[in-house]
Amino acid sequence: MRLKIGKLTFWLTIVAGAGTSLAGSLVWAQTAPDPVAEYRAMFGDDNPAVLWTLRGQDLWKEVRGSKHVSLAKSCDLGMGTGIIKGAYAHLPRYFADTKKVQDMESRLLTCMVDGQGMDKAAILKNRFGEGDRKSDLEALAAYVVDASNGVAISLPLEHPEEKRAYALGKAIFFYRAGTHDFSCASCHGQVGKRIRLQQLPDLAGPGKDARDTYATWPAYRVSQGEVRTMEWRIGDCFRQQRLPQLKYGSEAAIDLTMFLAKNAEGGKMAAPGLKR
Amino acid sequence: MTDPMRIRASLTGDTVEVKVLMSHPMETGLRKDASGKLVPARYIKNVKASCKGKDVLTADWGPAVSKNPFLAFRFKGGAAGEKVTVTWTDTAGESRTDEAEIR
Repeated sequence: MRLKIGKLTFWLTIVAGAGTSLAGSLVWAQTAPDPVAEYRAMFGDDNPAVLWTLRGQDLWKEVRGSKHVSLAKSCDLGMGTGIIKGAYAHLPRYFADTKKVQDMESRLLTCMVDGQGMDKAAILKNRFGEGDRKSDLEALAAYVVDASNGVAISLPLEHPEEKRAYALGKAIFFYRAGTHDFSCASCHGQVGKRIRLQQLPDLAGPGKDARDTYATWPAYRVSQGEVRTMEWRIGDCFRQQRLPQLKYGSEAAIDLTMFLAKNAEGGKMAAPGLKR
Repeated sequence: MTDPMRIRASLTGDTVEVKVLMSHPMETGLRKDASGKLVPARYIKNVKASCKGKDVLTADWGPAVSKNPFLAFRFKGGAAGEKVTVTWTDTAGESRTDEAEIR
């Protein structure tokens, strides 16, 4: 049903924009008050994401996998083994052991598969939880990102691979493709626009929109009742753009995250956030 | 298996404000899964909160309450250090009780 709703709403958007050139007319000036902001204010400090954070904390400390080790004793997210404070604010980054630039999700996967000896296919099958079928990755993501609360996003891009990831991410962001000739920038390249009541942050370069958006992901999605991460968010943008399914933890996903993260530099992490 | 609730109880003046976050799917019985089959209803039908053995809140809930419900309420007569106990029971007969100290 969720998928159906997704298709229906998108279809309606297209109808509203029909008759004029597509990519340019799908966005309207921001005039409506933000009902999501009011909803967020009612919750105050209480975010259902806490339920994920608590489960993630247990998973982080639990001895698991064929190697019988906990993530707390074996996983390096870039700040040293077991250190999560501030880790998310400096990701994605280059990791010498895997010789790759990795974001939080792909790094957690490396830790679980290579470090703990867990089954990669099983973890990936459950990468997006739904109801009783809970995702370990989403719980761990909530826990890890919560430990970066208040930390300023900083990505110096010192390693050439990091620079390359940023450049590729930028290229993907502006690359128009698919049946609707969409790029990320078609929706996220102007300030103060919206689709229906949904605000469209301008993510094409550094700025307040880029900071506020990146700093509040991962987030609890009220409409789904789940905590979702940046990998999910970008993957869903690809679906909305009618692009091929974005592979979880792929170079494209990580590079795009790198581009968004670098544009958000200086912003203070405030995740897990609370989203529509 | 049920996940723990997150309960916070804070005393301001003579009033205790309790905030409860429950982990529950709250299936309405109207939703269909990916294969088109109805997902059976399963939701919290009763919530009870007590302090010093006395009920401070009872609620009958239905399928219209959101997934992972958030409940906030106030009552008088509690003091710092005392415990607030919250119990929910769902339509599957499952139940969960957690408590928190008033601060």
